[in-house]
Amino acid sequence: MPKDGIGASTKRREDVRFLTGNGNYTDDINIRGQAYVHFLRSDVAHGTINSVDTSAAADMPGVIRIFTGEDFAEMGGIPCGWQVTDRHGAPMQEPKHPVLAHGKVRHVGDPIAAIVAETREQARDAAEAIMPDITDLPAVMDMKEAIKDGATKVHDDLTSNLCYDWGFVEENKGAVDEAIKNAAHVTTLELVNNRLVPNAMEPRVAVGDYNRSTGDHTLYTTSQNPHVIRLLMGAFVLGIPEHKLRVVAPDVGGGFGSKIYHYAEEAFCTYAAKVINRPVKWTCSRSEAFISDAHGRDHVTKIELALDKDNNFTAVRTETYANMGAYLSTFAPSIPTWLHGTLMAGNYKTPNIYVNVKAVFTNTVPVDAYRGAGRPEATYQLERVIDMAARELGVDPIALRRQNYITEFPYATPVAVEYDTGDYNATMDKLMEIGDFAGFEARLAESKARGKLRGLGVNSYIEACGIAPSNLVGQLGARAGLYESATVRVNATGGITVMTGSHSHGQGHETAFPQVVAEMLGIDASMIEIEHGDTDKAPMGMGTYGSRSIAVGGSAMVRATEKIIAKAKKIAAHLLEASDADIELKDGQFSVAGTDKSVAWGDVTLAAYVPHNYPLEDLEPGLEETAFYDPSNFTYPSGAYACEVEIDPETGKVSIERFAAADDFGNIINPMIVSGQVHGGLAQGIGQAMLEQCSYDSDGQLLSASYMDYTMPRADDVPFYQVDHSCQTPCTHNPLGVKGCGEAGAIGSPPSVVNAVVDAMQRAGHTHITHIDMPLTPSRVWSAMQG
Amino acid sequence: MYAFDIERPATVSDAVKLLKESDENQPLSGGQTLIPTLKQRLAAPEKLISLTGIGEIKGICEDDAGRICIGAGTCHADVAAGAGKYPALAALAAQIGDPAVRNRGTIGGSLANNDPSACYPSAALGSGAVIVTNNRDIAADDYFQGMFATALDEGEIITEVKFPVPEKACYMKFVQPASRFALVGVFVAKFADGVRVAVTGASEEGVFRWTEAEEKLSGDFSASALDGMSPPADGMISDLHGSGAYRAHLVGVMTRRAVDAAL
Repeated sequence: MPKDGIGASTKRREDVRFLTGNGNYTDDINIRGQAYVHFLRSDVAHGTINSVDTSAAADMPGVIRIFTGEDFAEMGGIPCGWQVTDRHGAPMQEPKHPVLAHGKVRHVGDPIAAIVAETREQARDAAEAIMPDITDLPAVMDMKEAIKDGATKVHDDLTSNLCYDWGFVEENKGAVDEAIKNAAHVTTLELVNNRLVPNAMEPRVAVGDYNRSTGDHTLYTTSQNPHVIRLLMGAFVLGIPEHKLRVVAPDVGGGFGSKIYHYAEEAFCTYAAKVINRPVKWTCSRSEAFISDAHGRDHVTKIELALDKDNNFTAVRTETYANMGAYLSTFAPSIPTWLHGTLMAGNYKTPNIYVNVKAVFTNTVPVDAYRGAGRPEATYQLERVIDMAARELGVDPIALRRQNYITEFPYATPVAVEYDTGDYNATMDKLMEIGDFAGFEARLAESKARGKLRGLGVNSYIEACGIAPSNLVGQLGARAGLYESATVRVNATGGITVMTGSHSHGQGHETAFPQVVAEMLGIDASMIEIEHGDTDKAPMGMGTYGSRSIAVGGSAMVRATEKIIAKAKKIAAHLLEASDADIELKDGQFSVAGTDKSVAWGDVTLAAYVPHNYPLEDLEPGLEETAFYDPSNFTYPSGAYACEVEIDPETGKVSIERFAAADDFGNIINPMIVSGQVHGGLAQGIGQAMLEQCSYDSDGQLLSASYMDYTMPRADDVPFYQVDHSCQTPCTHNPLGVKGCGEAGAIGSPPSVVNAVVDAMQRAGHTHITHIDMPLTPSRVWSAMQG
Repeated sequence: MYAFDIERPATVSDAVKLLKESDENQPLSGGQTLIPTLKQRLAAPEKLISLTGIGEIKGICEDDAGRICIGAGTCHADVAAGAGKYPALAALAAQIGDPAVRNRGTIGGSLANNDPSACYPSAALGSGAVIVTNNRDIAADDYFQGMFATALDEGEIITEVKFPVPEKACYMKFVQPASRFALVGVFVAKFADGVRVAVTGASEEGVFRWTEAEEKLSGDFSASALDGMSPPADGMISDLHGSGAYRAHLVGVMTRRAVDAAL
């Protein structure tokens, strides 16, 4: 058996360097002669730029050059990677997103000028000497107000602040309206999915470098997908072909989606390095990250759930206002639509579903994917409204879910996706066991005895991972393919380097990916090394987001390894003087079936590169194969989550006492890493539900602009989790049978937290409390209890 | 931050001398507020006069009157570990910030800054402490003069804080979830001649004494003496983390809990 093959909880090899300070992050990269850029950012949310006087600043010590929007006026804007078509067949409104603000500033943090100087402090000093003359305009903040006639426009050249009005599936609208009209019961819920700041541990960094003698550009950047940045920035902003542009994303300290996108600072550093003929470095401060990293969520939703007299779900109808912020970030339009509307069936066989989404421009930081991306918003509203319906109907919320579960697979939903596998009753059964539901009454009594309230909240979830068939997403408006690549390079002495287009920014790919190859070849995982993050090394890949790395990137690796095995068998057959059809590979040995003749892995790999005894007339030397894998469907991880809370009725403080998660991720490569991914996702989901609130005032000033006011979850905010992933219905359409686990925790957890708090309120006689918007801060919970 | 010079005097008198050299000079103690302020370029001192090398303002002792005397340069962790004669004070120090803050931040720095959400001002005011400076003694009742405002003159340095030790005392803090400063913190101290109740975090005027509660508790030191009581919501801080009404309510709750815990 290979050491550390599939199913082994191998410790993460990358942690040795991460935990001992030996990582190589973008900010660790310093190039001789580099200059530093500081961005002067708007401190008003909306205004007309009359002029930007840089004359005094230009004479400040150390200043090399100052750039303003004028310098980029003729250049391409930061592109958007997805075009959504609205209910009426028209394309979305797509404003230009200049590298530096031009004409207007549109959110606090919009860059007005870039100061390149010898040192960071000199650049900052000079920024203070720049006098932008800006006439304030009213800030567009409220989405519903923003799309009324006569509202102030964020972009003057668009017809309104409405990016698109999307209906899904538009043809079903009549049937859905009819089903709701004829329902025995309709539950309606209005809610807010709170805006979040991603807060990756490592802030963004970019270093641009230019080689005048070769004309080669290099960008080092904190990215989840360096090839995508190379394509978007090279082709649409700066006009640099791929063979003259290298993008390197070395160790990256977390992303959660926020490092998918192509940002203006990357284009600036790449461009400026050529203009001043020196490397240019930018390191984002934490304060700057709050006003320049794309935010997440920010939906305002009304959902209606219709049921017949037997409590079967007959229809779901939703209307959502989705905040785009001031500009369209790379994948922003797809999040509230294709990653949200397609999930509105949830785990249930609701026959009629209609989703309406109005995407709106406001004077806020752009909003894009954040761990879960659309799917948490879908899960939250559905699982909240089901709980509310159960309460209104006086039925058990778990029984109501079970009654409506999809139980036969494959299942085509009315919202255009086909679930391949799942067993929602199995995860619910497992949840009730690991969550010790049987012991809840005793714990409730014990809380009551101490004067505390207690509640139990449950929900199911389904998500779509492993995005996705390229031809399908192309039809849906994606301006990219969504395959993944892998090159398996077997070296002469048998060690292997795998170049993958997936990117690890904390997920543990360097440990888990070798486990797959080791299992296939029957050799130890320690013989395999993963290379990623450098467009000069890995073949064109699409990167890491949407829990796609193992499902898509892992599948590409399987395909490439299959090619390796096929070729290696031919070499072995030659060495063993047998037919390659008779060669078996087991535990790193090639043998002739039914004989004791065998040759070791290392002998075959050596023969490939020292082909003295080799079928040169039939076979090329070498052992290196590349595969591109394009999935035929999404994968559909699912599960059931339970949260148990205790509430101090005098202060409104909620404490999460227990949290259980039963997930079905299909087959699992490294159970320890999967548990870690779930733990992290749960912390973020609990953070959203309990703590995190990105708040703007009516003038567009960010109120929660630092950790003094923006609450990140800390260790003592979360309980010890009960996590189980023993329910496994393997994916039927990828070679590993895997589904993806990176986002599940963040998708599945918010509704059970809110369900638990509402349950506690109801049990304590606060029957008027049927919903509280996230985050459930002590002040909000206390205020709700005041009536 | 902007460029600045730094001096590290070894005595209080040298520090005072350096501070008087220029209005633009500023004392630096543990730096838990001042350093972040400098990093954000919200202050531009010409010269920082570091007080951390002054041995004579560090340490904890007891005076003849039985007061716990804490050198202004003593960090929170040392108070937490060394003020065992005044358990409520030691417990308060143990709850400030996180371990990094507690090993850098000092009692003198906290009182000189008088952040409206800081913990120490409530202990000083609630105990009726004496704030000793390089040239006078200031009663806590005279010292706190509103948000970030104190009786200190320019160039005046706190050297020591003298805490009378009450019969019973407790600090009860309800944290602001993000910063973990006090959203409301209440310090209750019962002395032979009466009860003092000092509240931090809640008021737009900074730390204050809740005299109505003091009167009730001086007659009957029990939580039930304050049943249903809370101070008026007028003048309470209202922000992202809670309205003035919520803070006023919490003052009542935390005071009752402090009394209960002190008993």
